Amino acid sequence: MTKTVTLTIDDQQVTVPEGTLIVNAAKMVGIDIPVFCYHPKMEPVGMCRQCLVEVGRPAIDRATGQPVLEDGKPKIQFGPKLETACTTPVSEGMVVLTHSEKARAAQKEILEFLLTSHPLDCPVCDKGGECPLQNLTLAYGPAESRFLYSEKHHAEKHVPLGDKIWLDRERCIQCGRCIRFQEIIAGDPVLSFYQRGRDTDIITHSDPPFDSIFSGNTTDICPVGALTTADFRFGARPWEMKAAASICSLCPVGCNLTFNTRREAKAGGKVVIKRAMPRQNEQVNEIWICDRGRFNWHYVEDPSRLTHPLVKKDGKLEKASWSAAIEAAGNQVKGNQVLVVASGRLSNEDLFNLKQLADGLGGEALLYDSLPGGELTTRYGVSAGTNLGDLGAGSAILVAAADLYHEAPIWYLRVKAAAERGANLVIVNPEATRLDKYAKKLVRCGKDEAAAKVRELAAELTAAENLVVFFGRTADRNLAEDCAALLQGREGRANNGLIGVWPRANDQGAWELGYKPVDPSTGSGQALAQAVKGKVVYLAAADPAGDDPQLAEALKGAKAVIVQELFPTKTASLADVVFPAQAFTERDGSYTSGERRVQRFYPATPPLGESRADFAIAAAVAAAAGLEVEGRSALLVMDKLAAAVPAFVGISYRKLAEVTEQWPIVGRGDLYYGGTTYENRQGLGVQLNVSTFKRSNVVRGRAL
Amino acid sequence: MPVLEPIVELARGLWTTLRSMAEKPVTVQYPEQKRPVKPRFRGRHVLKRYDNGLEKCIGCALCAAACPADAIFVEASENTDEERYSPGDRYASTYEINMLRCIYCGFCEDACPTEAIVLGDNYELSFTDRREAIYPKEMLLEPVPAGGAPTPQKTEPGKFTRSVPEMKDPAD
Repeated sequence: MTKTVTLTIDDQQVTVPEGTLIVNAAKMVGIDIPVFCYHPKMEPVGMCRQCLVEVGRPAIDRATGQPVLEDGKPKIQFGPKLETACTTPVSEGMVVLTHSEKARAAQKEILEFLLTSHPLDCPVCDKGGECPLQNLTLAYGPAESRFLYSEKHHAEKHVPLGDKIWLDRERCIQCGRCIRFQEIIAGDPVLSFYQRGRDTDIITHSDPPFDSIFSGNTTDICPVGALTTADFRFGARPWEMKAAASICSLCPVGCNLTFNTRREAKAGGKVVIKRAMPRQNEQVNEIWICDRGRFNWHYVEDPSRLTHPLVKKDGKLEKASWSAAIEAAGNQVKGNQVLVVASGRLSNEDLFNLKQLADGLGGEALLYDSLPGGELTTRYGVSAGTNLGDLGAGSAILVAAADLYHEAPIWYLRVKAAAERGANLVIVNPEATRLDKYAKKLVRCGKDEAAAKVRELAAELTAAENLVVFFGRTADRNLAEDCAALLQGREGRANNGLIGVWPRANDQGAWELGYKPVDPSTGSGQALAQAVKGKVVYLAAADPAGDDPQLAEALKGAKAVIVQELFPTKTASLADVVFPAQAFTERDGSYTSGERRVQRFYPATPPLGESRADFAIAAAVAAAAGLEVEGRSALLVMDKLAAAVPAFVGISYRKLAEVTEQWPIVGRGDLYYGGTTYENRQGLGVQLNVSTFKRSNVVRGRAL
Repeated sequence: MPVLEPIVELARGLWTTLRSMAEKPVTVQYPEQKRPVKPRFRGRHVLKRYDNGLEKCIGCALCAAACPADAIFVEASENTDEERYSPGDRYASTYEINMLRCIYCGFCEDACPTEAIVLGDNYELSFTDRREAIYPKEMLLEPVPAGGAPTPQKTEPGKFTRSVPEMKDPAD
């Protein structure tokens, strides 16, 4: 139990843990102290002086060491000067006045100073409307400036700080948040101050410039419009856009996103996504996202996307109606050996319905993925209550055969932070990674030796109270098993478990549902080529023909090929029936992250053309083949899924949408404090429990 | 005298008629003749240009934000020195006003940081179709002034860097 301190802020009594800063203590009871340079995720620096408040402490009698009493109450002694609330920790009996005449005057003066060098081009600034400087000026600033307009500071207005981020030197107020973020949180110290005084500039000194996968986050925490993204530049004003909660689909971390959408003339009057913003989930991505998640969603609006079902007629794919295409697919799968090959790009609901289809027809469901060890993560995976943010001294983290920085950037961020809190980080990898510099122990070895090296480390790692093991892209079966062996006896314990750094967002979900790997021993394409022979192959969100010419050849030996896809892939061109699927931004569903957290995403834009959700297509084909599979809505599919799969027991869309209080407070009213990250009102998701049932049979055993 | 009373009343009424027959008529032969509007009249919007022909509108969409009827739609794009529409980085690539929605309150005029949108004196709006009531930028922009060039213009780099014109008097 940490010691608590009771103090008074603006006549409100507050009890907070010892060491809390005044600014945070005030925030906890809803009192705003304006800040620019302070950010709750970073250590304070007290550079901007915006948070000046009056601080009084109980006077102590030197002789007795007791507080001096005045009319029976402790006498409060105020300092001669104001203090910065962001650097001053609370103390017992402290009295803070944030809105006294003296404090307000100082806050007003600081804003007046900041504005002397600010261009006030809010009308053309991308930050305008969600700008802490704007908001705080209206709340605390002066109505007029006493400075001469002709003495205004002029500087370069658009400096490309790397290809993703633009810097406006005039707008910068030198709070240093971006520099500190890159240095402290991202661990990529590529920004710094240059020159002095009024000429102080932000520069990047990496080559290529601003070389960091977290660069977009600096635009979120920039309290002015100095850093903006090239991707969104002049895209829309913040107040014109609607927000839709989503989950990033690019890696197994499952970062919570908010898509901002707007109806646009350039897109022919359609509602389009304008930008992706992080959404707070302190257990997953905190308030950050990587640049891939922020900028690489554009594929969903690619003009080449499929909009109509296609059916092969006389050797050529032709447009067909939905009913004709479903009938054609139904006839193909009925009475034939069916092989479903799905990828982890699909949601839990899609994968469940596709598995229902395969099981109902006595076929097999494979996950199109080459990484072994999936079923190990369903037994030894992390379970409910796990938060990488809780790991620290006494914990051990093993990262084997994975480059977290490039494969799952937010895990890199969180593992790095855990290592800095004192966790024992051990890396076993054939190549150097950016995480290496935070490792306590570094083992550089080839792919074949990795498993043996992990066995050698076992004694050291298993001694730790908590152990989390990541295994990644270059892991083989042996390595995966040795990683899992480290976790024997820790099944179901929070903050312990095996995490697969899968190539796709929902591979974990597929494993949980009982999908089989293409080839458990090698994971090579050859096994798949063998498997498809003479069967009706039902491919969803997978493009084996495009990935491997051998597989393209093999698919020609299949009895029939049915594809549901976003794009006209090489595999689709070989298919007998092609269904246009909806992108994850156009429908609802859920993903299971590598940390086994099931999280919901919501539709942001209307579906393209005649496309339908994958689970609905699978259900329709199943119906045409005489099976009964739920396909009316993702919510209903999830209800069936939760009833059928033990690991998902108790999960429903309502449960996934539950939220609890999170710290730090971020969101619209608190822009100045945490940045423009969205507050999470749409659900934190539910982490799966480790279940001891053998899942694959359970799914098959139910008549649904 | 009760007998004379109706006659007096009749004469009084007739006098008004006779008098107005001799007066100058107040009607004008619209549309051949038009009455000048009052100085504060708020008619159809005009998007103004600078003397050199550059558009004053910078696509900030504050007019759309201020509009209580949601009649204005603005979409911005980026200027280059090769293709410059307005001073500074930003211009309105789409600017539409739905004249059926507009209530001519003039809030857009107040919100405009560059005095680009002005409610003019044109009150003769007619359309035969609801879609026609949406006036695009081409209809709203005023003609290029004498001596100016149409937009987009090719301009000297570094000359038009500021979107909002510098104020002569900070108190203005």
